[in-house]
Amino acid sequence: MADAALTILYFAWLRERTGTAEERVTPPREVATVGALIAWLTEQSPGHASAFANLRTVRCAVNQEFADPATRVSAGDEVAFFPPVTGG
Amino acid sequence: MTRIRVQREDFDIGAEFAALTAGRSDIGGIGCFVGTVRGPVAAMTLEHYPAMTERAIAHIVAEAERRWDLLGCTVIHRVGRLLPGENIVLVLAAAGHRQPALDATAFLIDWLKTKAPFWKQEESEGGVTWVEAREQDDAAAARWGVKE
Repeated sequence: MADAALTILYFAWLRERTGTAEERVTPPREVATVGALIAWLTEQSPGHASAFANLRTVRCAVNQEFADPATRVSAGDEVAFFPPVTGG
Repeated sequence: MTRIRVQREDFDIGAEFAALTAGRSDIGGIGCFVGTVRGPVAAMTLEHYPAMTERAIAHIVAEAERRWDLLGCTVIHRVGRLLPGENIVLVLAAAGHRQPALDATAFLIDWLKTKAPFWKQEESEGGVTWVEAREQDDAAAARWGVKE
């Protein structure tokens, strides 16, 4: 069986709430979009549930490009979750 | 020519102007924006997404170049812990005439604030807090006719 692992990155307070900056996860095959991935990650720990509690304040990038809940994810992708950006 | 850098150390605005204009006689105006840490915070720490940051800034610069005839751009953004009064970001946009230079500079900083993966954390007497995104920043970016 092919390795279906994704690399998940968390920044700012999402990192603090999940307690990790980076993790490798292997969700079930039916997790094929960012939205489904969030729903699956939410189940993984209370910290993850807290990080994803208010999705209005969560942004996402897949392979370093901004993404949305409908964006597809597949094995080997790098998926990053972070708050709305505040640089400049 | 486009220069994009993300760095911990400060930048030298004069040196960046000189690098942008060296050997050129076609530039008629250069827009400049410098963002600095505003008190009363004790310090501001900037975090970013290293693998994505320069690519995101390059997208923003490419969009500016699509909209205006630019002869060069410089975007330097600092990361790490910065104190009040310190520089955070430099935007320079060179063009043949003042209006594209000024407009592109404003566009670049407006889009940087809403589309480049940086996050600010403030230290103050009350503790450490993540800066929340401001709706005014989204509105400032949107006035350029945002194409996400």
